[in-house]
Amino acid sequence: MTTLPTPGAVRLGLVIDLDICVGCHACAVNCKEWNTGGNAGPLSDYQPYEAQPDGVWFNRVHSYEVGDGPAGQTVHFPRSCLHCDNAECVTVCPTGASLKRAEDGIVLINEDVCIGCKLCSWACPYGAREFDEDVGVMRKCTLCVDRIYDEARPEAERVPACVSTCPASARHFGDLGDPASDVSRMVADREGMALMPELGYRPTNRYLPPRAKGSGCSAHAKSPALEPVMPEGTGFLGWLDRLLSA
Amino acid sequence: MHPALSVILFTVASGIGYGMLMLLALFLPLAAGPADRLFGAVSLGLALACIGGGLLSSTAHLGRPERAWRAFTQWRSSWLSREGVLAVLSLVAIALLTLAWPILAAPVECIEMTAAIAGLLSAATVAATAMIYRSLKPIARWHNRWTVPCYLTIALASGGLWLDWAGAATGVDFLPRAVAPILVLLAAVVKALYWRHTDGLKSATTIGTATGLGALGQVRPLDPPHTAANYIMKEMGFRIARKHAAKLRRIAGGLGVLAPLLLVIAGGMVPALDRSAVLLAAPVATIGVLVERWLFFAEAQHVAMLYYKADAV
Repeated sequence: MTTLPTPGAVRLGLVIDLDICVGCHACAVNCKEWNTGGNAGPLSDYQPYEAQPDGVWFNRVHSYEVGDGPAGQTVHFPRSCLHCDNAECVTVCPTGASLKRAEDGIVLINEDVCIGCKLCSWACPYGAREFDEDVGVMRKCTLCVDRIYDEARPEAERVPACVSTCPASARHFGDLGDPASDVSRMVADREGMALMPELGYRPTNRYLPPRAKGSGCSAHAKSPALEPVMPEGTGFLGWLDRLLSA
Repeated sequence: MHPALSVILFTVASGIGYGMLMLLALFLPLAAGPADRLFGAVSLGLALACIGGGLLSSTAHLGRPERAWRAFTQWRSSWLSREGVLAVLSLVAIALLTLAWPILAAPVECIEMTAAIAGLLSAATVAATAMIYRSLKPIARWHNRWTVPCYLTIALASGGLWLDWAGAATGVDFLPRAVAPILVLLAAVVKALYWRHTDGLKSATTIGTATGLGALGQVRPLDPPHTAANYIMKEMGFRIARKHAAKLRRIAGGLGVLAPLLLVIAGGMVPALDRSAVLLAAPVATIGVLVERWLFFAEAQHVAMLYYKADAV
């Protein structure tokens, strides 16, 4: 059914720390690698070895410049499905292929039912759904549903591929429906942001804003010049310099 | 948004067919005596061809058209599903009307009753088509109160011109002469108000709210996530027609409104030209509507493009 379930107590999602993300794209690459070989795979590539390679990815890392002058900074911004509570990508689906799970809030596509009408991708303001031209169905982030419940894995590994691979620990996975969970506390401490809140999709994932920086370049300008560690001249002129400086 | 030819053809062609049915339902009771069977065969045949051809064309938009039947299942939440259900119901009603009117020449009351049901279902189908677009919040040019009136009035105007075409082809005066020109003018006014409204839209969604970084200052894209255009950029970021939008609007107005009005007026003044003028007005106007529908997609901008281009919306 494409009518949305009553939101359950468990709302699994990601918290992405924009203060820490270094924009290395490892999350996007490991996402592609895991999912192209996992239950959702293969994720099609078009002309992968040509000048204009394209293909289906669940996660894309943008880089932005924010602010001007000394207050300006570079912010790396991974973008994937936010597993919204009010997921209109689900309600517009004419076939029932799009669904939101009541038990954990994950938004999924049943690829055996999808007719590839693309309407769900139009309904998603975050650009999180990508059409697979080779298979003729829509694709999206599964929150690695085939990893996070895999009891054959050690418990520490039962996290989405993007979270497990992030070398900077900028990505966190957990239950945002539980106010006592690590991710919820992180969101509360750092004033985690929902994207495009004005559209009313009520996304589950949160982004932690960059921390306030120091006073910027002006701090360096005021620091005292360093003492030279080498004598400034050698030979006769150096001897003269040292003699006159004394 | 990328203007997919299959969807443009579907919305324009089904609009013609359903518009004809709406007007048949309204004006059959006003006709003096039993309605002409040849006119019924031509007009219903045309309407069925437009709707059937349009529905077939729409399945070309699907990645897996062999699963299209599944789209009838989610009518509780999805306007696309509702449109599918209503389209099939109205096709059944139109088939029954074809049986009752040109094939069996059933009693007038039976024809009028079937036509009324087919007309109501047709209006509901066009409204459901428009609601698919009307309900999409990420696309401000569609998510507004003018989208549904545009689809309904353009369907009525196209239907009026093509009913006159069927009348001219069979030598039957069915619609009063003023009906089609008035409907064309009405559609033109509603579409002009749509453009006026949507040109002045100020979106609350910016790259600042899309990234959550707006409070820190102006947000500018620095590096894109990938080197080649992906699905989102190709589907949501189509910009070719937008450069020529003003010119294309004039072409749509010229072919869709001015040309049919001038042809009808010229036909009224020179009786020898009347038939050919009416036969020409409908196809010319339909080319105008095709341009209008192309613009409906090409001018629409999706907020997801903000991630790639800060001023996209």
